[in-house]
Amino acid sequence: MLVVTAAGALGGLALLLATGLVVANRRLYVEEDPRFDTVESMLPGTNCGACGFPGCRALAEALVTGEALPGKCTVSTEAGRAAIARYLGVDAGAEEARVARLACQGGSNVARRHAEYTGHPSCRGAALVAGGGKGCYWGCLGYGDCAEACDFDAIVMNEHGLPVVSEPLCTACGDCVEICPKDLFSIHAVSHRLWVACRNLEFGDDILEECQVGCTACGRCAADAPNLIRMQDNLPVVDYAGRHRSREPIERCPTGAIVWLEADGTVVKGDAARPVVRHTTLPVAPT
Amino acid sequence: MAGLAARYPSFRHGIHPPEAKRDTCEAEIRQFPFAPALIVPLSQHAGKPSIPVVREGQEVVRGQVLARADGFMSVPQHAPVSGVVRRIALAPAISGRMTEAVYLEPFPGSSQEVPDGEGLDAESASPEEIVLAIQAAGIVGLGGAAFPTHVKLRPPDDRRIHTLMLNGVECEPYLTTDHRVMLEQSDDVHMGIRYLLKATGAGRAIIGIEANKLDAAERLRETAPADLPVETRVVTVKYPQGAEKMLITALLGSEVPSGGLPSDVGVVVINVATAAEIGRLLPRGRGIQERVVTITGPAVGKKGNYRIPIGTPLRFALGQVDVSDDVSRVFLGGPMMGQALSSLDVPITKGTSGFVAFTSKETGTRPQEYPCIRCAYCVDACPVFLNPSQLGLLAKNGEYAAMADEYRLMDCFECGSCTYVCPSHIPLVQRFRQAKAILREGRSKP
Repeated sequence: MLVVTAAGALGGLALLLATGLVVANRRLYVEEDPRFDTVESMLPGTNCGACGFPGCRALAEALVTGEALPGKCTVSTEAGRAAIARYLGVDAGAEEARVARLACQGGSNVARRHAEYTGHPSCRGAALVAGGGKGCYWGCLGYGDCAEACDFDAIVMNEHGLPVVSEPLCTACGDCVEICPKDLFSIHAVSHRLWVACRNLEFGDDILEECQVGCTACGRCAADAPNLIRMQDNLPVVDYAGRHRSREPIERCPTGAIVWLEADGTVVKGDAARPVVRHTTLPVAPT
Repeated sequence: MAGLAARYPSFRHGIHPPEAKRDTCEAEIRQFPFAPALIVPLSQHAGKPSIPVVREGQEVVRGQVLARADGFMSVPQHAPVSGVVRRIALAPAISGRMTEAVYLEPFPGSSQEVPDGEGLDAESASPEEIVLAIQAAGIVGLGGAAFPTHVKLRPPDDRRIHTLMLNGVECEPYLTTDHRVMLEQSDDVHMGIRYLLKATGAGRAIIGIEANKLDAAERLRETAPADLPVETRVVTVKYPQGAEKMLITALLGSEVPSGGLPSDVGVVVINVATAAEIGRLLPRGRGIQERVVTITGPAVGKKGNYRIPIGTPLRFALGQVDVSDDVSRVFLGGPMMGQALSSLDVPITKGTSGFVAFTSKETGTRPQEYPCIRCAYCVDACPVFLNPSQLGLLAKNGEYAAMADEYRLMDCFECGSCTYVCPSHIPLVQRFRQAKAILREGRSKP
């Protein structure tokens, strides 16, 4: 008898609540543009945030309502963007693909370490202990927090402990920018091929003691291309709004701190740049 | 254990690391020579960096102001030596960061006399005058945090200070600077208390001293002037007894609320060495240009307590005390809350209480980390009643927001007791410091 009562009570309750749900579903249903779902399914679905919207769904809604053009999504392929544009009957729009760029070339073969960090192996952990032990305070520590943070496997650590960004794989989501304790990453349009690969703020040749490829603030690049480059805080700053498709500034750089980045990932240095001959890791030099 | 705890008051939890103070606790404070070049950082304190008022090439007299305070949350810097300003440029700081600093080259053969300024009389001065004089003397907390002392003396208007507490606990292993200062400068300490009582309006002062420094407590009791409402109390030897919240709990039994300041319970806590410096400098109208530093550790030949000019490069200092060639690691501060250094080119600053140098024999390799076995040793050790075990798991998974919101990460003052007791060698406090750095960064971003 007890079983029957319990089953009856629970069954009745279930029926009552189910009815409530059915009514609510009918009465409170929100009509949504069915194109939202379709467009979302045409997007890559990585929710990387490179478009500036919080995830693919938000971009899909913006695309349908006309707030954004398919070109915003730099992660999908050319064909994918064209398909969305066709489906919505809009112009695909051209948004230049962007990538993360690293402002340091101080790998273990050219940049000195003064102390060995033996703690928790992460850049953030190392940065908290006396800056990480690298001779150049601003330089890449090389424990690969960025490579770990990258959801697209676009960053790999090379044999000298420097992260290398793959242009085709990078979606410019900005996770590496966020994670780097030395703030060495920034997001740039792929056409920005002229690149200052150093962040050290010291003036003069002192930095060469610590890193062979550091910027000495000699200002030759700014002298050769005064309309394109100016010196600020002992570092050259490229005016990307101007005509920056010139290799002129890199030619006389004595250390190769300002470089030209080819699309295939090759780094071109000027003729005057001192060649890097060492390929093995520099020993830790306590000071 | 219970018998010990009953003798002297203390706080709950905490640990008992080896004290290692015997080597230096009887070494009298000795004056250090001047290095061939001194580096005076403009940011030696918590707060805004000072603004330089000297030019490159200018000649300065010892005690002269090199840089002025930038607002209330800042202090001036004084020249530690008579000499020439060689340059004003970036220099490595103890944190590893590069900060602006004034490079000084001492005059050879100068008498290095410090001219007296306009002294301040403790009896006739108003509280405001004392607060301003403390700022003008460039005084910061000499215990290590380097928080500008005059800011502590100006609590929010709705807080009334009833007790001035002098922190002579020095619970950090190896360090003996406060111990020596209390023994050798007890009159300066009492003079400092006179100024501080006036500035805070507190009715009484309590000096808290750990039971391993009974001679210092005795000295302070003997030398206390009859008219000064000061009392010396001894507390249990336990780490981290010297944290100001722990000291308040031990001496007054009251607890500073989570996220609060000592002024919330009507207390201001000042380090004894800071009080001694106030008592020494204010009557003469001088600025701070040297401090007492313990240099010790197995790698040091001449272990001791030294009065060192601020800005002396560590390399020079270690050269003076016969450091063994086998030195593998140097800690600023003590081994518990101190920082390992990456460069010996850093200068000694106002917050430098000591250096401990170890050889490779002591440091060795990092023990392997094992999974947490839920033994709760860390929970029993944490002086602020956090759950380090749980926090450690969250940190490993990057759940930083949960650490702060649900497990009160921000109450952690990084004493390292949890890491010290962990049988699995989990680097708990290291992970917490990292988590706090990430959270702070996140908060500062728009």
